[in-house]
Amino acid sequence: MNIVRMAAGIVLATILLLVLPAEWTAPHAYDEQFREVAAAPAAEGFLLGSDALGRDRWSRLIHGTRLSLTLAPAAALLSIALAALIGGAAGYFGGAVERSILLFIDFFLTLPWLFLLLAVRAALPLNASPLVSVAVTFALLGCLGWAGPARVVCTAAREFRTGDLMLQTQAMGMSPRRLIFRQLLPTLAPLFLAQFWITVPLFILSEANLGLLGLSVSQPLPSWGNLLAELLDLPAVAAQPAMLAPAILLVITLCSVQLLTRRQVRNT
Amino acid sequence: MMRTAIHLFFAFIFTAAALCGQFGGELRFALGGEPRNLHPLEAVDEPSEVVRYLTKTPLLRINRLTQEVEPQLASSWSVSADGKRVDFVLREGLRFSDGSPFDAHDVVHTFELLKDPELASPVADAFRLEQGGIEVRAVSPYKVSILFPDAVAGVERLFDPLPILSSRSPAPMRATLGPFQIEEYKPGAYVQLKRNANYWRTGDGGRRLPYLDSVRLEIVKTPQLELLRFTRGQLDLIQSLEPQAYERIAATNKQIARDAGASLDAEFLWFNLKPSAPLPEGPKQWFASADFRKAISLAINRDDLVRVVYRGYARPAIGPISPTNRFWFNADLDVSAYNLAAAEALLRKGGFRKAGEQLVDSIGRPVEFSIITNAGNEARSRMAAMIQFDLKKLGVRLNVVTLDFQSLIERIAQTSDYETCLLGFVNVDLDPSAQMNVWLSSARNHPWNPAQETPATPWEARIDELMLVQAKSTDREQRRKAFHEVQKIVQEQAPIVYLVHKNSLAAVSPRLRGVRPGVLWPNVIWNIEEIQKPSELSWTR
Repeated sequence: MNIVRMAAGIVLATILLLVLPAEWTAPHAYDEQFREVAAAPAAEGFLLGSDALGRDRWSRLIHGTRLSLTLAPAAALLSIALAALIGGAAGYFGGAVERSILLFIDFFLTLPWLFLLLAVRAALPLNASPLVSVAVTFALLGCLGWAGPARVVCTAAREFRTGDLMLQTQAMGMSPRRLIFRQLLPTLAPLFLAQFWITVPLFILSEANLGLLGLSVSQPLPSWGNLLAELLDLPAVAAQPAMLAPAILLVITLCSVQLLTRRQVRNT
Repeated sequence: MMRTAIHLFFAFIFTAAALCGQFGGELRFALGGEPRNLHPLEAVDEPSEVVRYLTKTPLLRINRLTQEVEPQLASSWSVSADGKRVDFVLREGLRFSDGSPFDAHDVVHTFELLKDPELASPVADAFRLEQGGIEVRAVSPYKVSILFPDAVAGVERLFDPLPILSSRSPAPMRATLGPFQIEEYKPGAYVQLKRNANYWRTGDGGRRLPYLDSVRLEIVKTPQLELLRFTRGQLDLIQSLEPQAYERIAATNKQIARDAGASLDAEFLWFNLKPSAPLPEGPKQWFASADFRKAISLAINRDDLVRVVYRGYARPAIGPISPTNRFWFNADLDVSAYNLAAAEALLRKGGFRKAGEQLVDSIGRPVEFSIITNAGNEARSRMAAMIQFDLKKLGVRLNVVTLDFQSLIERIAQTSDYETCLLGFVNVDLDPSAQMNVWLSSARNHPWNPAQETPATPWEARIDELMLVQAKSTDREQRRKAFHEVQKIVQEQAPIVYLVHKNSLAAVSPRLRGVRPGVLWPNVIWNIEEIQKPSELSWTR
């Protein structure tokens, strides 16, 4: 492990250590409103100042980071599982199956999924708790984000099918089940891992984009999405640079993840 | 000595120029979107209404500052004692922008167009033409009588949005009696207006107004971009500003930022009281209790909403009518401030109790309900979060749901699948007759229980009765008394919890003269013909 990767690992570990026990590390509850000091700059008691409603930004950042860092990988895992299943099947079987699945993937990629997200969100029960609604949002992102990785998996599976290793295993009389689990999946595993790490930031950014539309996590729960939405008010950001903290943390986290996984991606 | 004389000469010239008014120049400001329909009788969206306001003139118009009705194309008018007939005397010698003359036939022609059911004009709704019977007679070339089947309260105010169209012009939609006429419309970019050389009003020295040569209405779809273009000097005014933007502008130049005071608009939340609404039994029973509704109202800290969300540029609301609407506002309403103890007492009276931190009803159900509002409206989203925090102190769990506008409207207008809703009401008319579609229990826009066949409660029946009394009476005091009682009932029953009346905030370039922002729409440009934009090189003509 070179020094850069080690530093990235330490940064990520520090972030996780800070945010996972958010109830203990955050100085205030994320929904507590100190209305007398609304929109205050960084000062004693408020490390990053307070937001427009007087809530402590630092506490909200800790809670929001935990939420986004927990749910985005979960959504990415769901997405990659679907991509492995659908793309893998297309590449492994080839022929009409591959053509049909690729056609379906193309169709799926053309769908305006933002509207699907809006529609599903509108159909959610109104009394769903903020946590349930954000979990559903990420689950939807996971269900909708598989098509891109599936194309990559399909190509790799096709290469495996037409490669020497496939001929050799067939000549040895290996059963399809054994072939898939013993040969195909281990061959594609680094690819899955790389796709997973590429997808995680994508989902974090998607949630942030929904936040900018005001359709992200419900009040009062914080997430990177609704924390980043504050940045729309550019003059306020100029007056209070501490508002940039969520963006800086997002960049640091994503860079650390990329640096940590660079080897897998390059190998793939 | 010579130098002093030259200075004095120029000072005299500039002072004279300032006093006489300077002609010329182009005013630029933003439309919030594309005008959907430039037919003056079909304008429903704000951009189209702005174009109509600038290019057309009615018989009578409400002065946006004094709130009184003033003559425009009519030089005088009278209303009969029974309130069923209005007689107008028209100004003589006026001409449309294309030179065609104006007389009583144009008024009759405009009403004939208005009666066309294919047109579906919102102005026709105001005249209740669907009930038929309205009769418009040209008594002489410059006298018109309009007869209504029933007495109409505040009938003069109905004429404010009705532009008079030409009956003889070859291009009647383009011919105008207003201060400006449309020169060019480039969709997605701008609407260019040029001055109407035949406009009837005159300024100092008898010269025809308006002072400006042209108006360019830039289509700018976001407030952020509008603000940016204003600060760069590309726009001359902003008609409606958010408090944060107002504060920033005021910090740089106090003369630019204009606060006209509390507007007529109100932000409020209401409870879904529709019996057939697909709600759980708990919320249905709680919302049916006036004490529960009042307890919720008492637990909301409106002063904090004003201070935190609107930075002080709003007034706490105690009812549907803003104090700015001086004649119709009921000053005797109870100014119930934030009172958590009183709210808890009302809840206890209704059998509610605390189980730990959670409020439960008499059979132990935890009190939890949702509030919906439209996504993208930052002020409403913040108010919802503050109300959520306030109600938490009562032990009530409030779930805030922001929905895209289409989904929100579908829930409140079609499926009734919501519990409470936070929205705003833009009030463009001072007279309560304009609110019939809100207060009558049979109205489709009756927020808490729309389109009732018969009033569901005795107090709603009373509101119906009072609204009909005020709509038919020609006695202003009787009307005021009736509408004051409506406001009192609404406060006592609290089907709607009024939150704030936000201020009318605007930004006006220091180069403009004659701008007098008011709280009535269109706040800044209502006296467009009097607005001047002198340039350094312009002189009186």
